[in-house]
Amino acid sequence: MAPDLILILPEILLAVFAMAALLVGAFGGGDIRARPILWGVAAFMALVGLLVGLNPPAVGTAFGGAFTLDGFARFAKAGILLGAAILLLMSEDFLRRRGLLRFEFPVLIALATLGMMVMVSASDLMTLYMGIELQALALYVVAALDRDSPRSTEAGLKYFVLGALSSGLLLYGASLVYGYAGTTLFSGIVAAAAAGEGPQLGLLLGLVLMLTGLAFKVSAVPFHMWTPDVYEGAPTPVTAFFATVPKLAALALFARLVHEAFGAIAADWRQIVAFLSVASMFLGAVAAIGQTDIKRLMAYSSISHMGFALMGLAAGTEFGVQALLIYAAIYVVMNIGTFAFILSMEKDGEPVSEIASLNMYSAIAPGRALALMVLLFSLAGVPPLVGFFGKLYVIRAAVQADMVWLAVAAVIASVIAAFYYLRIVYLMYFGAPREGLDGGMAPAQWIALSASALAMVLGVINLFGIEGLAAAAAATLAGA
Amino acid sequence: MIGLEHFLVVAAVLFVTGIFGIFLNRKNVIVILMSIELMLLAVNINLVAFSAHAGDLVGQVFTLFVLTVAAAEAAIGLAILVCFFRVRRTIEVADINMMKG
Repeated sequence: MAPDLILILPEILLAVFAMAALLVGAFGGGDIRARPILWGVAAFMALVGLLVGLNPPAVGTAFGGAFTLDGFARFAKAGILLGAAILLLMSEDFLRRRGLLRFEFPVLIALATLGMMVMVSASDLMTLYMGIELQALALYVVAALDRDSPRSTEAGLKYFVLGALSSGLLLYGASLVYGYAGTTLFSGIVAAAAAGEGPQLGLLLGLVLMLTGLAFKVSAVPFHMWTPDVYEGAPTPVTAFFATVPKLAALALFARLVHEAFGAIAADWRQIVAFLSVASMFLGAVAAIGQTDIKRLMAYSSISHMGFALMGLAAGTEFGVQALLIYAAIYVVMNIGTFAFILSMEKDGEPVSEIASLNMYSAIAPGRALALMVLLFSLAGVPPLVGFFGKLYVIRAAVQADMVWLAVAAVIASVIAAFYYLRIVYLMYFGAPREGLDGGMAPAQWIALSASALAMVLGVINLFGIEGLAAAAAATLAGA
Repeated sequence: MIGLEHFLVVAAVLFVTGIFGIFLNRKNVIVILMSIELMLLAVNINLVAFSAHAGDLVGQVFTLFVLTVAAAEAAIGLAILVCFFRVRRTIEVADINMMKG
């Protein structure tokens, strides 16, 4: 029994801490305590993240195989916890000035993070479902955080309806897979699939429905329709959170599910993932061109990036999983920096998200404009910045798996996508002058922006060693 | 004789009804919440039927989890809907249209 509890110690600690923070908030004065709670939750998540990442690996499975802690899960968990902590610190200033700094916000973020940690460790359909739901239920609420704003409540409602629909599809798929395999353990499913002969209708139908549900969560085309609306309507700190950490968790869950539970029918899911990947890359690139709202633009940008990340998965190899992890980690860092900037966009004390307000921004704040330019170039995948290496890895994975057409499509899509990133850079440096943004930038946002931009430049030397870590993580999941 | 396939057909019909309820519904959001509930209950029928057929209890344990989560989900959905109604004074599906594109 004890070894089981040691494996899920990080989750237990975070759950206890989140509930303690909730009690402090509820009985200790409410929103007056919001700031210390936010700082406490962020510090605690960072601490647990470092523990999970650096602690000598106590790997294994717990609870009869329902929960797995391996190198892959540790990599994803460290990224999730550290990313969530940074995002909380970045959001504080924005929330406080809009009167949105309620003590529930850090508590809900901690619970969502807990759900994501369970997701990446799930090796049983029940664990998978409980993790996804814990994450999703907390996120529905934070999307509607600004409950007096028509846009925020509408975003929450849309996210809820489509999220619940996707959970329903996933669950129906899970029930069919259970019916086919007679067990909910991933190891049992893969064994049943390998033993089966002829057309395995129940298994395939279950696979398709489960992948549909997960495609909703990573907002892959054609299940992306909620993304732009929710990103636009939700308060900016919430959008920043949605665009980064849950994407990492959902991609990791996606990778674990297809490799561990459906590894025996790889040819089937690779076609589906390849289709999701191509469709996302192109739709994300084309639909973003006409956008005037930067949060909406970032929604399409994230759809396109998810397409690239799924390309690594479509390769179906160990190197593909490594490429997926590297891509997802780089994506999270780039988006943290970009959203740190978007959080600081304001005029006369009101948040602004119009792209046109960035005209000639370089004249107002040259340092910030430069940092944003670096990040946008990196998002576009311009060499020699780090974003380029992320794309290089997934494209190499596709080529190695004999999917040259997918690699070619990715290059074309990234050229199209480069247009709208470069357009923002153009507006910042050469746009028609007009009354632009004012206001300063909170220290936490400034640090996040410059650190992320610096990482995009300095990372070209060795990607901060993330390559080796991702390789070790991928080996535990997809290794022979 | 009522066998496994009969249960599966009932579940499939309920599930598809739920999906159509979400997409074809032109009235109000409460109907959508009911459709979501219908989908989750269809899954429960599936799980229990498979569980009984295979003589394996795991499916019924899964059902209990699904029931619990469905209750939480309905509570949160209604809470968000109340917020939406307070701000907009309507719960018509056609009025959820502030953001487009």
